[in-house]
Amino acid sequence: MTTAAVTTLPITSDLEIAGVRQAVREAAVAAGFSLVEQTKVVTAASELARNTLVHGGGGRLEITRLDRPHGQGIRLRFRDEGPGIADVETALSDGYTTGHGLGLGLGGARRLVQEFAIDTAPGRGTTVTVTAWPRGAWGG
Amino acid sequence: MNAATGMRRVSVHRLGEVLLASIQQELTDSIAVALRQDLTEMAAAGTRGVIIDISQVEIVDSFLARVLAEIAAATRILAGRTVVCGMRPPVAITMVEMGLGLPGLHTARSLEDALALVEAGEVGR
Ligand SMILES: Nc1ncnc2c1ncn2[C@@H]1O[C@H](COP(=O)(O)OP(=O)(O)O)[C@@H](O)[C@H]1O
Ligand SMILES: [Mg+2]
Repeated sequence: MTTAAVTTLPITSDLEIAGVRQAVREAAVAAGFSLVEQTKVVTAASELARNTLVHGGGGRLEITRLDRPHGQGIRLRFRDEGPGIADVETALSDGYTTGHGLGLGLGGARRLVQEFAIDTAPGRGTTVTVTAWPRGAWGG
Repeated sequence: MNAATGMRRVSVHRLGEVLLASIQQELTDSIAVALRQDLTEMAAAGTRGVIIDISQVEIVDSFLARVLAEIAAATRILAGRTVVCGMRPPVAITMVEMGLGLPGLHTARSLEDALALVEAGEVGR
């Protein structure tokens, strides 16, 4: 598997969350995602970007295009240097929120992508990495 | 238009006694919150129903879903039904997969169906 150039976007305002949605949409279109596949990954990105802003105090997104013999995928890496998450399992459970949200962002985003990983610890910030593939390319 | 961000609010129209908000722009979180404020204030002035046309909305995430549910809750007593119309099929599919609902809201395929639902709500009250 080879990886293409990385695009980095700042996440410091709700306008930049909208910018993240646009950039992820463009990457998904370029990788040949169907409309439903685009909508899923853009929705996941919107949730994770908002978490980076609201819970992580701002950060950035790296978008990487992945090439496999059977197709192209996209990897999204959201990073912040915020408070981190002490209990990831609890944070992932539906309805759990420490703010005013619905508590569906992390768990919902995980259901919308093929690969999902969180690297975090209290005081060390949070990195959420997700990978999405169009139908047929996953596992190819 | 907000000069600082170059973003404009969602305009709300009065069709007789029905409020119609048609979302035509990229919806930032602050524009969604401003729409909730506008609809809540306008509904207080006397309304039979609220219709929100989301046919141009490309994604509904948990933030927008929460704001829509809050609009329905805030306007229910004074404004009757809140109907969301025109949801794109990929948006509906994604919401189901995420486990995201729209509590308190009615949904309709078209603006016409939405108006009919508002009328039906009026009869039922
Ligand atoms: N980047 C982050 N930094 C710190 N905490 C986070 C981060 N992302 C998520 N969390 C924690 O996980 C919880 C659940 O997140 P989520 O499912 O998106 O729900 P919500 O954002 O509605 O609270 C948040 O309330 C927060 O406590
Ligand atoms: Mg969230």
